[in-house]
Amino acid sequence: MAIIRGVLLALALSGLVQGPMAWAQQKFITVASTTSTEQSGLFKHMLPVFEKKTGIQVRVVAQGTGQALDTGRRGDADVLFVHDKAAEEKFVAEGYGGPRHEVMYNDFVMVGPKADPAKVAGGKDILVAYKKIAESQAPFASRGDKSGTHAAELRLWKAAAIDPQTGKGAWYRETGSGMGPTLNTASGMNAYTFTDRGTWLSFKNRGDLVIVVEGDQRLFNQYGIMLVNPAKHPHVKKDMGQEFVDWVISAEGQKVIADYKIGADQLFFPNARR
Amino acid sequence: MLPLELHQLSFAAGNAEIIRGISARIEAGPRSIILGPNGAGKSVLMRLCHSLLLPTAGRIVWHGAMNGGKGVDLRRRQAMVFQRPVMLRRSALANVMYGLRLAGKSRNECELRAMDVLEVVGLAQHAQRPARVLSGGEQQRLAIARAWALGPDVLFLDEPTANLDPAATQDIESIINAIHASGTKIIMTTHNLGQARRLGDEILFLSNGRLMEHTPIDRFFREPASAEAATFIKGEIPWQ
Amino acid sequence: MTSLWDAFGAAWQLIAGFDSTLAQIVGLSLQVSLTAVLIATLIGLPLGATVAVERFRGRQTVIVLLNAMMGLPPVVVGLLVYLLLSRAGPLGSLGILFTPTAMVIAQAVLITPIIAALSRQIIEDAWREYDEQLRSLGAHRFNAAMTLIWDTRFSLMTIVLAGFGRAAAEVGAVMIVGGNIDGVTRVMTTTIALETSKGDLPLALGLGIVLILLVVLLNACAGAIREMALRRYG
Repeated sequence: MAIIRGVLLALALSGLVQGPMAWAQQKFITVASTTSTEQSGLFKHMLPVFEKKTGIQVRVVAQGTGQALDTGRRGDADVLFVHDKAAEEKFVAEGYGGPRHEVMYNDFVMVGPKADPAKVAGGKDILVAYKKIAESQAPFASRGDKSGTHAAELRLWKAAAIDPQTGKGAWYRETGSGMGPTLNTASGMNAYTFTDRGTWLSFKNRGDLVIVVEGDQRLFNQYGIMLVNPAKHPHVKKDMGQEFVDWVISAEGQKVIADYKIGADQLFFPNARR
Repeated sequence: MLPLELHQLSFAAGNAEIIRGISARIEAGPRSIILGPNGAGKSVLMRLCHSLLLPTAGRIVWHGAMNGGKGVDLRRRQAMVFQRPVMLRRSALANVMYGLRLAGKSRNECELRAMDVLEVVGLAQHAQRPARVLSGGEQQRLAIARAWALGPDVLFLDEPTANLDPAATQDIESIINAIHASGTKIIMTTHNLGQARRLGDEILFLSNGRLMEHTPIDRFFREPASAEAATFIKGEIPWQ
Repeated sequence: MTSLWDAFGAAWQLIAGFDSTLAQIVGLSLQVSLTAVLIATLIGLPLGATVAVERFRGRQTVIVLLNAMMGLPPVVVGLLVYLLLSRAGPLGSLGILFTPTAMVIAQAVLITPIIAALSRQIIEDAWREYDEQLRSLGAHRFNAAMTLIWDTRFSLMTIVLAGFGRAAAEVGAVMIVGGNIDGVTRVMTTTIALETSKGDLPLALGLGIVLILLVVLLNACAGAIREMALRRYG
């Protein structure tokens, strides 16, 4: 182990792996977040504003919410920016971080093939749509990766009193991957799937997929932000991390979020309680 | 470090007995030729003497060597030229310098010595050329230069001309004579009677792993003591 | 078919446009993989040479292990390095998870066995040829090993290139330990994975083409050097 450590230190010192932007000297924090926020392009829009103002670089590791929370538990991130309220509250209750602040919301939508074999298009009730899909056994692609979106999807199956595991492998297909890959899969096999609107709007390989159900109250998708507990992990960059959290829920941060659009569509709706 | 004494020397690889109880005393001075048909054990005997192989029985004693003839000192005072010498992938000069460097000499000293030796074997103008692009004869001359540069008391040569044409063979033979004239003991294997006659002072005749006779060259050809030697001489002469 | 043509179009645009973001990503890819190859070579070559020329108990086991480890799944390596470097792991205090250094380590772990196992084979074959000659010239094992490395350098170069190819093409390990952070740990393969996620298949494939071209270019250069050197040194 001493040898490994020596090699690592020598490496770090030699500057062999210094990034192109001399990142070693820069102030930065690490944020574990979700694929939906990263892939929708929100961070690309938002972070430069913060960096310009404070000089703090924000390094985003985009993971599923479950994995992001775990990254926080291990102390590998300073701030979490995720969307699974129940899991987040558990994280806070266990003492790994917090307090949790609500940041913004968008909504989930169900997308499916234009041909609409389950005849769900245009519906406003997501539970009805779920039931129809299960009855018609139309193919449905699930994330299956314990992400925030996956958790939301499972909650809805439960509310519809359906156990999708009975259709597993037949019409219910778990991809075990991120939103993008799951959309690619759904597009490839003309399956229905459940996605956040942000990822959907920025997704390009849609094939025959269109939005089939949207606008149900139950499709509400809340994002939260919290600092990882420095008492558990002393190396957490408490001050810079808190600065970022405060900025995101500040009037300025909230406006930047509201300003992010793809075409005419606003992707996220700020709702921090100040 | 001579004379070299072999006491009941045997060597077996697996079940095959290759050298069977050879005893001999090889003195300084005369060029010794280890002669015999293919498979007689000539190369193995030479490798035993050069400590590239360890005998399965018997002893090898170098008289007159420092430290009672052990270890590094012993190795540094003998050198060997192989039937197919391995040329290192570097220049001719660097090939000669390689062994000298291992002996711990300074770079300058090595280079001077190497150039001298290359001059003697007629390769000075090729010093900077890669060894592997030299012709077969040139490579063998280089191998001799590389061995001789080490300044050995004894130089072993294992069929040094087996793969060469007559002209290249002649070059090698005159170099061997020059080395002999400079006072280095020559011990050489060959299966070529003509070469044995041209280069040898004494013959160690091997057949089937046994030393059949150890005699001065004239007597060997005039009146071979063993039936095997007589047969070998008869068989070989017509093609001499 | 159209998306294939789109991909070539995208690749061409990426190269011709010389996008600075792309240049940075390519630069980081090269930096990380070349550093990893350097480290793997510094460890793998002497290791391969040692196993080639030394005789010790358990040597066959070491050879089998080295050969087997050539097929290490990148994701598993990534996970192991992740667990080592995580704040909760034994090397957490270094704080290098989600940095290029972590990616270098993961790639080095991945390709060291490749370089060690293949160089062991080459050096051992050469050792059979050189053994008696080198001993006769007075070389001890260490000298002999160094000489063999130098004399088989052109074959060894091919191995190092194979290692580089594997490192540069690898995505599973660097994704886990690097985190694919924009501008910090985003390399070609993780960018390709990301663009695939976003459904931008032409761009992803275009980047893939750029990556392949890079590897081909590097191999062509190395091949040319090798050819030239072989002609020169025989």
